[in-house]
Amino acid sequence: MTLLILCDHDRGTLAEASLEALTFGRDLAQRAGLTCEAVLIGDGAESAAGPLAAHGAVRVHLASHAQLTDYGPEAWGETLTQLARSTGATAVMACGTDRGNEVIAHVAARLDEPFVANCIEVTPGDTWTTTRVQWGGSLLEDATLDAGQRLVTVAHHAVEATPADTPADCSLVQFTPDLGEEATRTVVRDRVVLTQGITLATAPVVVGGGRGVGSEDGFAPLEDLAGALGGVVGCSRAVTNNGWRPHSDQVGQTGTRIAPEIYIAAGISGAIQHWVGAMAAKNILAVNTDAEANMVTKAGYAVIGDLHKVIPAITEEVARRKG
Amino acid sequence: MRILVCIKRVPAPGSRINVCDDGQAVDTAHLGFTTSPHEECAVEEAVQIAEEHDGEVTVLTLGPAEAEEQLRYAASVGAHKLVLIPIVDVDWDPQRTASALTTAISDLESSEGPFDLILFGNESADAGGFQVGIRVANALGRPVVNGIKGIDLADGTASARREIDGGFEVYEVPMPAVLGVKEGINLPRYPTMKGRLASKKAEVSSTTLEAPTGGQTRVRLHRPVEQVSETVILGTGPEAAPAVVDLLEELGVLS
Repeated sequence: MTLLILCDHDRGTLAEASLEALTFGRDLAQRAGLTCEAVLIGDGAESAAGPLAAHGAVRVHLASHAQLTDYGPEAWGETLTQLARSTGATAVMACGTDRGNEVIAHVAARLDEPFVANCIEVTPGDTWTTTRVQWGGSLLEDATLDAGQRLVTVAHHAVEATPADTPADCSLVQFTPDLGEEATRTVVRDRVVLTQGITLATAPVVVGGGRGVGSEDGFAPLEDLAGALGGVVGCSRAVTNNGWRPHSDQVGQTGTRIAPEIYIAAGISGAIQHWVGAMAAKNILAVNTDAEANMVTKAGYAVIGDLHKVIPAITEEVARRKG
Repeated sequence: MRILVCIKRVPAPGSRINVCDDGQAVDTAHLGFTTSPHEECAVEEAVQIAEEHDGEVTVLTLGPAEAEEQLRYAASVGAHKLVLIPIVDVDWDPQRTASALTTAISDLESSEGPFDLILFGNESADAGGFQVGIRVANALGRPVVNGIKGIDLADGTASARREIDGGFEVYEVPMPAVLGVKEGINLPRYPTMKGRLASKKAEVSSTTLEAPTGGQTRVRLHRPVEQVSETVILGTGPEAAPAVVDLLEELGVLS
């Protein structure tokens, strides 16, 4: 009676989101009477195993194969499917990241089982009941899961990764999948590094601009403030649709989910599309002329005023205090 | 070059989503509808590829009869053929949807020839199941990669780029292939007047299909409990700057 938890890593560096899945999974395993077991796939995976026991994994399955040189959705999906079959796992889960949702979908297709993506609650039983997010988190769906082997992902940021009270007595088990050409045709072949250092997803400060910024050039003061705070600039979908900023700067349901210490949202009305990308920020400061704007009413802090005057004033004040 | 794009008609909410009393669907009484954003970009990408490689773009949707509106929009920006699988229920579960789409695609391929490339959106804006394209690809025995924000085709291979934090992963996928694309792969064009007029006359072929329900069943939709927080107004206009920087200091981001 096993719960398998896929732990994502990038060439040996564990993805933080995997620890969220383990945190969620060890609690679920306890309630469902299952053993909580982690799965690491591919070259270099063993070096990512360190924190897994502390987060509740009683066993770590290390899957290796000559073709598992890097991430590959089909190769990882096929590997996890074979492991789910050989262990007879009751359930298989991952964190609902790009990779987590993708790999579990591959497992679902291969096992012909349902897959409930991005859960925030799972209640075990004969039929599992789940609460999952829709619309990037602005709506919830209660759904039942009737399956032979249950497949779920836990919504990213739904729980905070925390170590177990007592670390598990954990063993490492090797697993060698049987992979043909079909499984390995989609392994990553190359990588292109565009940004080094902080990115939108990891920045401690994000200064975001919306339609209210008014133009491509209007972002210069936001760049200045972001620079002064060691942060980066983000924007809303209206901005990328107008071609003022590249899509890689978009914060939102169809862009990047940010989680900075503070998000300064300037001239952004706060439509659902944008809000769901910003809501994991620890603090939000809205700068807007409209005190009734959704972003202002949802933010913890607000300045009512024209961003074109407020943002440069903040930058000046930051410079003054830094001396 | 034959390209298929699978799209979904979704509501276009503003700042708040309401749910029908029975909890089975989003209350769309006062909402417009649109093509799910990733899929709008998938249509644009397909049209661009067709323009470059002398191709033909077919757009397929499973949805209510009104989804004809989204198919015609696709025609107005350059899609050539439109196919609707009409359903009466609010939303089919992912397994059922994938099963019907697989049947429809197989039928289209046996009558009109195989597709070199099938594009899906990475996930739908509303249900967000993250799986239909992968299930269809698996059923058709074709390679599939999700999260794609760049495609180059050459010599029977789709070179596909996927955004990761700070860069791209590159996949070399043999065609025929399935790709799940993300918004940002392009900036979709607006329909021209000529395109709009032509789309009104475009033929929409409708094919009714049944498929077994899957193991995920909706009980109800509901809105998350909102954290009611009083917004602290730090001030009005540029005079608020010192209060803002006090806050930044307090949060420890002023290093």
